[in-house]
Amino acid sequence: MQLPPAVHARLAGGPGAAEPLPVERSPKAGAAPFRFTARQVRFPREHEFFEDGDVQRHLYLQDVLTQVAGAPERPRVPEFTCQVAGCCQVFDALEDYEHHYHTLHRNVCSFCKRAFPSGHLLDIHILEWHDSLFQILSERQNMYQCLVEGCTEKFKTSKDRKDHLVRRHLYPADFRFDKPKKSISPATPRATVQVSAEALGAEGEQAEGDAMEVCSEPAGERHMAGRRIPPTICFGQGASRGFKSTKKRNKHQ
Amino acid sequence: MWLRRRGCLRPAGCGVEELRRRRREREAALRKARREQQLISKRLLRDDAPEEGEGGCVAVILGQAEIQQFLQLAQRGTEEKERERALVSLRRGLQHPETQQTFIWLEGSMRTLVGLLTSNQALLQLEAARCLHELSHSEQSAVAEACLPATSYLLTYLSGHSSDFISPHVTVLEALGYALSQLLQAKEAPEKIIPSVLGSTLPQHMLQLLQPGPKLNFGVAVEFAWCLHYITCSQVNNALLITHGALSTLGLLLLDLAGAVQRTEDAGLELLACPVLRCLSNLLTEAAVGAVGEQMQLRDERVVAALFILLQFFLQKQPSLLPEGLWLLNNLTANSPSFCTSLLSLDLIEPLLQLLPVSNVVSVLVLTVLCNVAEKGPAYCQHLWPGPLLCSLLGTLAFSDTEVVGQSLELLQLLFLYRPEAAQAFLQQSGLQALERHEKEAQLQDRVHALQQTALHG
Repeated sequence: MQLPPAVHARLAGGPGAAEPLPVERSPKAGAAPFRFTARQVRFPREHEFFEDGDVQRHLYLQDVLTQVAGAPERPRVPEFTCQVAGCCQVFDALEDYEHHYHTLHRNVCSFCKRAFPSGHLLDIHILEWHDSLFQILSERQNMYQCLVEGCTEKFKTSKDRKDHLVRRHLYPADFRFDKPKKSISPATPRATVQVSAEALGAEGEQAEGDAMEVCSEPAGERHMAGRRIPPTICFGQGASRGFKSTKKRNKHQ
Repeated sequence: MWLRRRGCLRPAGCGVEELRRRRREREAALRKARREQQLISKRLLRDDAPEEGEGGCVAVILGQAEIQQFLQLAQRGTEEKERERALVSLRRGLQHPETQQTFIWLEGSMRTLVGLLTSNQALLQLEAARCLHELSHSEQSAVAEACLPATSYLLTYLSGHSSDFISPHVTVLEALGYALSQLLQAKEAPEKIIPSVLGSTLPQHMLQLLQPGPKLNFGVAVEFAWCLHYITCSQVNNALLITHGALSTLGLLLLDLAGAVQRTEDAGLELLACPVLRCLSNLLTEAAVGAVGEQMQLRDERVVAALFILLQFFLQKQPSLLPEGLWLLNNLTANSPSFCTSLLSLDLIEPLLQLLPVSNVVSVLVLTVLCNVAEKGPAYCQHLWPGPLLCSLLGTLAFSDTEVVGQSLELLQLLFLYRPEAAQAFLQQSGLQALERHEKEAQLQDRVHALQQTALHG
């Protein structure tokens, strides 16, 4: 099938519709015994028209599943350390490092060093925590925006927002600052609970607000006993906790 | 990684002929299943897999206690390797339907899995995604239904505005998309599941994942494009999708695909092109299209250019998709003088005619599109003749398929009506003889006679 060069050029050009030629119909067009009428067609899901495309799709899926079942060997590299100041995590696969960096170091607040899973959540954090204008405005109007993109709800307090996230968008209920998971710090449950209570008391509403932070998992980091462990930033916990949990530090050093 | 293009898993010692034979067998089995309305049976997808699993490992049935143990280890284990192994064991177990059942009904299991899907350890996240993938094959839709609520949370965590997609995130997204696509194919989907999906923020998320640009991931886009197809062809509330900008997003994606096809000739692109074409075609039929604002509609002429580039690609790599592409062309041109004009101004009539010999289905569709153009009147028919069209029509009149001939007759009527000189040329090129062949055919004779009269007497 030969396409004129104008077609490729048109694709590369800007958007726009053709100026239509004048339409002029005769009543004889499509009149009996003829029957043509220009009309759009829709096909329901089970229609045989879709058979070929559906079969191709399933062939692809069968291939995919074969690959999933036999998870391939991942390429290993000589051990290396994360270069971010204060972080000593060690890796032997690039994929792991990429993931680590992205989740713990990439979207970090320059004011308070909390880490976030995405730039979007970081932006919201900065707005809500480090913008004094935000605090002033939030006294008069609903400023806490829903975290789910596409949802336009806004709330008076971060707690109201959290309730909305749990109720309406079915976020996990423990997607919360004030309930550390037991798995987080098996060695220092007391320290963390105490500190979080303090943090709650000291910072009031603000402390509740940050339900978006990324939790690094010290349980996984224990294999590097002897190395300096980064300050714990737990899901929804404040960075200040890391400085206060001296008990934990001593234990690992 | 799961992308087909990143390396195929082939059974060792398999020759090319053997592979082709197996593929033909699989294809035949799938066709049969679809005709029996069984294509969505997850059994079919799993039939081959257990044999080709890693090192001859067969799926093991896990009991409740074992599942709980593996989950606990994965979530709270102290050694990274230990946690990984626990998840791998769980995944293997989940290849078995009984384990899937036990898992679903175990309290807190999905929640734990969702937590692992956002782990900041890559391997755990990857294995959790694989578990999700296995679970998606459960005969009980309860699994996919359990994923639905978590999707909002997962998508917030995984996508946001970050400019790089890291591979475990991509894997989780693909698994999510796949799980959702399974859910959306259920028999009860149009009544129960699709309305609730449409009522959530999922459509916006899906469309965002389909936006062309540096962040577009092919595997993820394929899964969510199919999700969108299952939604749109169920005709529950397509108007809502249009208000979310589905037409313009998919239109831009089509342009992107055509660009990619020009650059790489990659045979995998049809996996994404197919659902995109289907969604566009079905969405265009919504009455809402006329009611929404300019930006929401599809008027961009580049869509026509893109579609033809894809048709050319299909002709070479996947001819079975030509009808779907032509379906979109029909829906674009039927009620649009602008798009019909584009066909003429971009010189696309001749390329269209080149598709006539492919198959009867394709011929009928090509002729239908040409009728869409011709029926708009003399200004349009002026561009159809003189030209190669008449000669092609004399060719299609020699086909034995009644529908092809019938559509040719319709086109001839329009051509003779709006361009009488064409009738003269038709006579000179032995058109009457071509018509005579069909004088006795019940479905055609009235129209044949009418055309004979017109040609002879004007």
